[in-house]
Amino acid sequence: MTKHILVACGNGIATSTVVASKIKKYLSENGVDVQTTQTRLTEVPSKVANYDLLVTTGQFSGDTHGTPYILGLSLLTGVGADDTLSEIKDALTKQEP
Amino acid sequence: MENIILNEDLIYRNIDFKTSREIETFLADQLYENGYVKEGYKKALLEREQKFPTGLPSSQPAIAIPHANADLVNKTTLAVATLKEPVEFKNMGNTKEDIPVRIVIMLVIAEPHSQVKMLQKVADIVQNEELRKEFLQAETKQKLLQLVQSAIGDKND
Repeated sequence: MTKHILVACGNGIATSTVVASKIKKYLSENGVDVQTTQTRLTEVPSKVANYDLLVTTGQFSGDTHGTPYILGLSLLTGVGADDTLSEIKDALTKQEP
Repeated sequence: MENIILNEDLIYRNIDFKTSREIETFLADQLYENGYVKEGYKKALLEREQKFPTGLPSSQPAIAIPHANADLVNKTTLAVATLKEPVEFKNMGNTKEDIPVRIVIMLVIAEPHSQVKMLQKVADIVQNEELRKEFLQAETKQKLLQLVQSAIGDKND
C-alpha cells in the first residue's frame, strides 16, 4: 500500500525538495512504496489529516490532527540523518494494519 | 537547465555585518540591482526569515540559506557571502535557538522543480565541514566563486 508523506518547509519549494527526494530514495531502497507532497508550513494544518506522516524542515508547532510528525532538518544538515530516516520508515511501517 | 553559472557580483568574501537582517537586505539589494529578483523580493525574504528562519545547525563554520518565493525571482542563481565575524541566525529547526553563521548561501530559485540537483548540492556543502572551511579560507573572491561553482557543478556525476 502506498504511504503518503506531507513534506513542509517555509515556502514549500527549497528545503522540502531536498528532504522529499532523500526520503523517497531511502524508502524505495527499503521496499516502502511512498508518495510525497510538498507544501508550506502555514498550509500544514489544513492538509495534514489526509497523510500518513508529516515531515518538516522547519519547526512546526501547530495541530497535526493526529498525524505522526517527524522533524526532518537532519536530512538537510546530515547530522543524525540515518536515525531520522529509520524513524520515518518505522513510523510508516508501524501503521500497517 | 540544471547548471547555474554564478555571477561574480553576487559573491562576497569576508564582509562585515552585525545582523541577519543587514546581510539579507544587502544581498537582496544586489540581486535586485542585477535584475535577478522582482521588487517585492527583499520584503518577502525578510518576512520569511522572521517566521521561518534559515540557520542550519552544524559544526563550525555554520551556514544559513535565506530564500523567498519563486514567483519573485526572475532568474535562478546563488548569492554567497562569507562573514568576517559570526552573525546570529535563528535555527530552522528550533526558532528559539541562535546559530552563529559564517557563510550565507542565498537560494534564488525561479523554477524549484528543475533545481533539485542544485539544491541537493547545496545540502552537500552544508554537510561538508572541510569544504565549508575552505569557503572561509578563500583568499580572493575568484577563489570563493570557483569553490562554490565547483561544489554545485556536475563534476561528480
